[in-house]
Amino acid sequence: MLASFSAEMLKLYKRPTAWVLLLVSLVLSQVFNYLVPYAGYLSADSERAAEQILARTMPENLISNSIGGFPLFAGALALTLGAISVGSEYGWGTLKTMLIQRPRRLSIYTGELLALAVAVLAIVLSIFALGALTSSAIALSQSEVIYWPSLAELARGVASGWLILMTWCLLGVMLAFVFRGMALPIGLGVVWILGVENLIVNVAAALLDFAETLQKVLPGVNAGSLVSALGGGSDTPGVNTVVDGTQATLVLIAYVVVFALIAGFALQRRDVT
Amino acid sequence: MRGKEDTLVETRDLTKRYGSRIVAVNHLDLTVRRGEVYGFLGPNGAGKTTTLRMLLGLIRPTSGTASVLGRSPGNPESLARVGALVESPAFYPYLSGLDNLRVVARYAGVPKERIGEVFDLVDLTDRARDRFSTYSLGMKQRLGVAAALLKDPELLILDEPTNGLDPAGMADMRALIRRLGSGERTVLLSSHQLGEVEQICDRVGVISRGHLIAESTVEELRGKGALLVGAKPLDRAREHVEQLLGAERVEVLDGTLRLDADPAIAGRINRELVGAGVEVTELRPIERTLEEVFLEMTDQKGEGHVG
Repeated sequence: MLASFSAEMLKLYKRPTAWVLLLVSLVLSQVFNYLVPYAGYLSADSERAAEQILARTMPENLISNSIGGFPLFAGALALTLGAISVGSEYGWGTLKTMLIQRPRRLSIYTGELLALAVAVLAIVLSIFALGALTSSAIALSQSEVIYWPSLAELARGVASGWLILMTWCLLGVMLAFVFRGMALPIGLGVVWILGVENLIVNVAAALLDFAETLQKVLPGVNAGSLVSALGGGSDTPGVNTVVDGTQATLVLIAYVVVFALIAGFALQRRDVT
Repeated sequence: MRGKEDTLVETRDLTKRYGSRIVAVNHLDLTVRRGEVYGFLGPNGAGKTTTLRMLLGLIRPTSGTASVLGRSPGNPESLARVGALVESPAFYPYLSGLDNLRVVARYAGVPKERIGEVFDLVDLTDRARDRFSTYSLGMKQRLGVAAALLKDPELLILDEPTNGLDPAGMADMRALIRRLGSGERTVLLSSHQLGEVEQICDRVGVISRGHLIAESTVEELRGKGALLVGAKPLDRAREHVEQLLGAERVEVLDGTLRLDADPAIAGRINRELVGAGVEVTELRPIERTLEEVFLEMTDQKGEGHVG
């Protein structure tokens, strides 16, 4: 398993697409969490509105700012990372190259999951680190006092962010193993994240009792609720208060396990042609 | 007498079906012995690649058994002693040849020092640091062979390794395969090119429509040969050789006689005919090519469906 993990890390580290996804995640988080609000602060009509906007960019809001985009855009990027990591192995035929070496299929698969878990953690930590730099720069430029979240809060924020992105990443992995490709999983996954869940929550749930119950177990809804439990504002797209933080955490863990099992089963049982 | 330990690959009744209509491999019995270069010969779609994929554990047989180095296909202990290039060389286009082999070496648990050795073996050291996507087809095939050699395998499985190569590339690849198979190593070479198998292989298995229709040495497959006699007058020559060999072994063909006889008796035939006053204008052995044998066999014996 360690050999597979080491090989997967080398592949991910050298893959330009992985770096592009990291870069896009960083740029989007900075633009929507800091750049746009800061521009809004500079052009605000009233002093009170300006203060409110500026307060949102301060280091004390680092956690909610960093993971606020995870249920939607960063989630879609994590899903893409999972789907391309697995799906391209089918497209290039490299899955067979891996499987005819020494390790068993499940050992290769476990190594791949571990590498993706590390990559997702790197994305989360990078977003937190860059957010910390930007927010402290804004605070210093405005002569504001800097208050950081406690280490325990930060750890909880990073872990929750990692759980949200791993859920979406593993959805991408599972779809890629099931469909043995890359394009369809990305298409379906992104449509689900950005479209279908929104329709269920914002349209169907208001009309149907069944949909109202169903929304409580959807991955995106639970991701949004987890962000909300950590201080994310419900005015942020994808963030909601449908369930509490504990339930959201448990549901997301269940999704991670189920997606990983289905993907592992698909790899283990199916022919590689 | 060969023992079990001399059999590296063995299949019994190996069958792969896709749905109810397609039978890609049909009750295949195959034996590859230690140290030989075994040619797995068949037309496109005969079931060669499907068989190799089953031997490597990539696909599961519908029925029948297979063993590779005494273990079931895909077993990590046997895979550790097998190197393979299946169908086409598959690597990461964004990585260099060197990084691709680093990845493969990590999966295989091979020390990185071995990478330089296999690059030298396939004569690709100069381009090792270039991206795989910039390689020519011949270089990609050589990188595939290099990856297959990383484990210094006892058994090397090569699936159509000269596919798509130009004549010079083909000659280089064949020379490399001959070199690789010259020592203790066993090579299982799948090909649809008869000349290639004839040049390289010790033994041949011929597959058609999923069936193994022959398995023997190239010489045995060709048969013992025949003699061609040109003579004047032909009728008198025919009478004499019919008396010598029997009428059923003599055939008139385009103004010559084709004798179903061991070419070693050519001298005797010549003496008899000259002694009978026949002028012998031509006397030479006819050796059937593997192509003739192959076409004969695949026309007559193939059954079932193409996979």
